[in-house]
Amino acid sequence: MPVKDVVRLENVWVSYADTPVLEDINLRVAEHDFLGIIGPNGGGKSTLLKVILGLKHPDRGMVTVLGNPPERSRSRIGYVPQYTEYDRNFPVSVREVVMMGRYGKTGMLKPYRQDDRDAVAKALERVGMTEHAGSQIGQLSGGQQQRAFIARALVAEPELLLLDEPTASVDSAMQTEFYEILEDLKKEMTIIMVSHDIGAVSVFVDKIACLNQRLYYHGSKEITPEILEATYKCPVQLIAHGDIPHRVLREH
Amino acid sequence: MFEAFQFEFMRNALMAGLLASIACGIVGVYVVVKKIVSMSGSIAHATFGGIGLGYLLKFSPVMGAMLFSLLSALTMGFVTRKTKLPTDTAIGVLWAMGMALGVIFIGLSAGYAPDLMSYLFGNILTVPASDIVLMAVLDLIIIALVVIFYKEFLLLSFDEEFGTVVGMPVDGLYMLLLCMVALTVVVLIRVVGMILVIAMLTFPAALARQFTYDIKKMMALSVVFGMLFTFGGLWLSYALNLASGATIILLSGVVLLISYGVTGLRSRYRLKASA
Repeated sequence: MPVKDVVRLENVWVSYADTPVLEDINLRVAEHDFLGIIGPNGGGKSTLLKVILGLKHPDRGMVTVLGNPPERSRSRIGYVPQYTEYDRNFPVSVREVVMMGRYGKTGMLKPYRQDDRDAVAKALERVGMTEHAGSQIGQLSGGQQQRAFIARALVAEPELLLLDEPTASVDSAMQTEFYEILEDLKKEMTIIMVSHDIGAVSVFVDKIACLNQRLYYHGSKEITPEILEATYKCPVQLIAHGDIPHRVLREH
Repeated sequence: MFEAFQFEFMRNALMAGLLASIACGIVGVYVVVKKIVSMSGSIAHATFGGIGLGYLLKFSPVMGAMLFSLLSALTMGFVTRKTKLPTDTAIGVLWAMGMALGVIFIGLSAGYAPDLMSYLFGNILTVPASDIVLMAVLDLIIIALVVIFYKEFLLLSFDEEFGTVVGMPVDGLYMLLLCMVALTVVVLIRVVGMILVIAMLTFPAALARQFTYDIKKMMALSVVFGMLFTFGGLWLSYALNLASGATIILLSGVVLLISYGVTGLRSRYRLKASA
């Protein structure tokens, strides 16, 4: 039986105003893949996720998510945006933030119900945030906020999880814990994670793609120095850290 | 003070203050957390065009204000969402155009504009009974909208992009929120005037924010603060023989500044103590 494509991009071109951001992107992500996309800032990583979510429409090319156009698949996608500048003082509790993830299932003019509250409790437990459910979101540490946003993405039981720079505001001690949550999740869903942190990504993901306007991807976890150099437009040294499990990539 | 309440205009003033506090307390919370203070200021000032039109065509300037505030809210929503005009430019353009139209309309009506000052700066003591009824109806509409769309407005204010992702019609709801601001402007116009409306839309909510992280409690507190400011300001203006609208605004502004000042000093003191 052929593996089902969860995400499929064919010859996708995207530009903002007249500046090209993504050029000729071809990507196929199979069910239960855990794909890491790395690349420099401004390389189009967030834009690629927005294309998959249907928030940004490509100038050219075809996008299919879970067999449908992205807009129609949104209710089956969990999205963890890059949170650098949201209002930390916003009067909202962790529980209320996670509940927002149920909106797609509930819809307009209907109140949240008991099964929504149960789903929120479950999602909070899953990321270990039950005891912080009543806290205001800005009172939490960076890692805890990140887990709350993951819970919000999980609460609608998505088939595809998109994470944009999830470790940006998390200190390194929390990162390992964070990747353990993802290890657990990848048994149930397809995950695409965008990051500029090459080291951390290569340990936990199954496949890696490099993105800098163009996408360099050959369906495995091996990245050659040539690909990295093409991505970052400068020579890059691969560094392996000793204190975390790592894999040395073979030369080819 | 208390003997003053035997007069009908005093009872009307109290009723107007109450109704104004409810509208600005509830909608002000969204204005503050969604950071649309200047946009609301623009909508408020653009209503001057409607007031002028009312004078020119000899219908109630309050109705003209309602027409223009709703129109400017919809225009603002459309221009900021569907065109490339930057939001703060749109704010300035609409603000000035509405005012300019008002000046021209009033000029065309041969310059005869009784009570013009009360629309500009408010006069809680001259609110007629018919406007009290209108304010009550608008309050009911606002409360109903917030009850019906509570979870939508929360998501819209906190994270619009996520709202889009989970399939919420964010642009439509944003328009609706701006229309609620427009209705609140109409409720407040008789009490503090169109020029000072923006203060009543922000001060009570900004003060309430100091005390709670729960948006419902923030609304309740903000309504209470609105009442305290309105009646406190009214009493002060009565005692000192000052303009009521301006006194209400100055009182709430001073309380707000003191509150944020105390909070600032306290956190500095705490930093020092923990250092």
